[in-house]
Amino acid sequence: MNLPCYRPDPARATRFLFFTGKGGVGKTSLSCATALRLVEAGRRVLLVSTDPASNLDEVLETDLANTATPIAGAPGLHAINIDPVAAAAAYRERLIGPMRGLLPVAALRSMEEQLSGSCTVEIAAFDEFSGLIGNPAMTAAYDHVIFDTAPTGHTLRLMSLAKAWDQFLDQNTSGTSCLGPLAGLQKQRAIYEATVSTLADAAATTLVLVSRPQLAALREAERTATELRALGLGNQCLVINGLFETKCPDDPTAQAMQRRGGSALAAAREFIGSLPSFTVPLRPINILGLGGLRRLLDDGDAAGSAAPEPAATLAAWSPPAMESLDTLVSAIEKRGHGVIMTMGKGGVGKTTVAAAIAVMLAHRGHAVHLSTTDPAAHVAQTLAGQVAGLTLSKIDPAAETATYQAEVMRAQGAALDAAGRALLAEDLRSPCTEEIAVFRAFAREVGQGAERFVVLDTAPTGHTLLLLDASEAYQRELERQARRTQPAEVMQLSARLRDPGFTHILLVTLPEATPVHEAAALQADLRRAHIEPFAWVINQSLRGSGSCDPLLRRREAAEQRYLTEVVEKHARRTAWLPWQPEEPVGPAALARLAASHLQPGRSLP
Amino acid sequence: MKPMKTIQVYDPPLCCPTGICGTDINPDLVSFAALLAQLGAHGVTLERYNLGQQPMAFVQNPAVKARLDQDGAEALPLIFLDGELYLKGRYPTAAERPGFFHAALGEVVKAPS
Repeated sequence: MNLPCYRPDPARATRFLFFTGKGGVGKTSLSCATALRLVEAGRRVLLVSTDPASNLDEVLETDLANTATPIAGAPGLHAINIDPVAAAAAYRERLIGPMRGLLPVAALRSMEEQLSGSCTVEIAAFDEFSGLIGNPAMTAAYDHVIFDTAPTGHTLRLMSLAKAWDQFLDQNTSGTSCLGPLAGLQKQRAIYEATVSTLADAAATTLVLVSRPQLAALREAERTATELRALGLGNQCLVINGLFETKCPDDPTAQAMQRRGGSALAAAREFIGSLPSFTVPLRPINILGLGGLRRLLDDGDAAGSAAPEPAATLAAWSPPAMESLDTLVSAIEKRGHGVIMTMGKGGVGKTTVAAAIAVMLAHRGHAVHLSTTDPAAHVAQTLAGQVAGLTLSKIDPAAETATYQAEVMRAQGAALDAAGRALLAEDLRSPCTEEIAVFRAFAREVGQGAERFVVLDTAPTGHTLLLLDASEAYQRELERQARRTQPAEVMQLSARLRDPGFTHILLVTLPEATPVHEAAALQADLRRAHIEPFAWVINQSLRGSGSCDPLLRRREAAEQRYLTEVVEKHARRTAWLPWQPEEPVGPAALARLAASHLQPGRSLP
Repeated sequence: MKPMKTIQVYDPPLCCPTGICGTDINPDLVSFAALLAQLGAHGVTLERYNLGQQPMAFVQNPAVKARLDQDGAEALPLIFLDGELYLKGRYPTAAERPGFFHAALGEVVKAPS
């Protein structure tokens, strides 16, 4: 398949550009590189991250906030992080601030508690997001607004919310809503309507689907393309990032990597042919800083050609002690039941590690349930087969919401007349309901760990953080309520997550800067919530691959500092998993992966 | 024709009018919201304020402000009929709702103690 290289063309760039895709595909690098191209052509560009676990700061080497910050070294470029938790805090302050001194402290505190729920967090972030698209005054100073979005599930939610709220407000009859009294919402409604129509305007908005030459990432891009087209976003293109072509015909690792990418592209041939598609070659190092970003879209492998040939470093270095996945599982299985959660940046292999652990526990005779909180997960494809003792499920937000709505209607609607039931049904159609339904499903899956092993593949960091944050806020609210209308597993959730004997959290990362730093930030957040991660898992390491391809050798050498950093600085225990010549799909491949050990000395060619 | 009454409800911070968006579902609140909708259809004037969204309304009503200063957030909800405090700190129960319904329609019924 011969696809052109990705070269953003300032003459044809639309006002709004959305970069989306599975976690870890390079959305941030590509949106930054695109922004730099446009700025160099004299355009004024605002770069916006909507990822609660944004890496924009690290990639741009600038501390960002929720207001536009100029980027030193790139005149004309500003960047913003929309941090949902900070946005919610600002939203709260706008309401509560003016009331200080007017209302008693107790009343202010109860306002604050109510406004700490997941509903407020979602609405606040969404308000900032839709303001940037639907309110022209907010972005008048820029020629282009580029969105570096969160991994797919979160992004789809954000984009569909504009339509969901617009419709909800349109059909609302009671005059009030979670957003406040409808009378005060006319301005907001106009913004939501403008957001919906701007997203659907091909002359104004381009959706750039970013993928890797990997099956799961391409499938997710295809699914996103379909779902966003249904929301009206028709102007789409695809960028396949990290395409690898080796110059070493005799290197089995390099050949396998090239083949793996080639067969993924071949399998997605129809999708790739259905829209304008481009490629970006694999680079030998992670792209950080403006210099690296500028070279990302250059011809050839200019991005790393300045780096020295790493033969000497590879030979002289011996890695720190790391375990295999099966020794971690041996420690976890002693209690006979409990919850194991894989967490980390998108694209690091959380699903693969979760599935490998589930298969291993099942093979050892345990009853195991494998589930996911990731709206865009591919657990079933990864497992690809039946394993005795292993059951599989997925928290599907739409299905969970429908179940929850039906349950509330049954429990609460029985005592109401037709008009009362209609009112209740209307409130239940509020987009906020989904937050609660998903949260309850999460608590339910965790609760199953009381009888067996539950392996939970979580969504990428940002989404997971919001879920845990919601769990904290819920706990606080639940504790002050006399009634107990929530199921027992909701009440027990926080205690279970904090019990190191019950819940084992594995932070999964690649041996690269951004995923390691994101996992470290996640670990700090978990510790603040009194949850201690059990171990780290370093996935897809090239260490010991014995490759003689110069690009792969440079990547292998670049791993050293991150392997050391994880073991020495972050992790209490570390498991190591090698890069696999075949995508680890199916029970046999997963079992093999879990049993991999780092063999000292094998790295020397 | 009886003169139509005015109902004022000062709710604690709520996500939505039935409270079903929150962590806790209060059946009395759900039923009360439905009852208000019915009364509205009968021509009763409704004013409903949510502390989480319209705090200024609580400051501007001296009776509400005084209750809040005295009892804190526990005072809510405060339900007024034609400016007279009808119920404080909770929504009417199933047993009390018929009485409230008639009172709101201007029929003479004793308020709950």
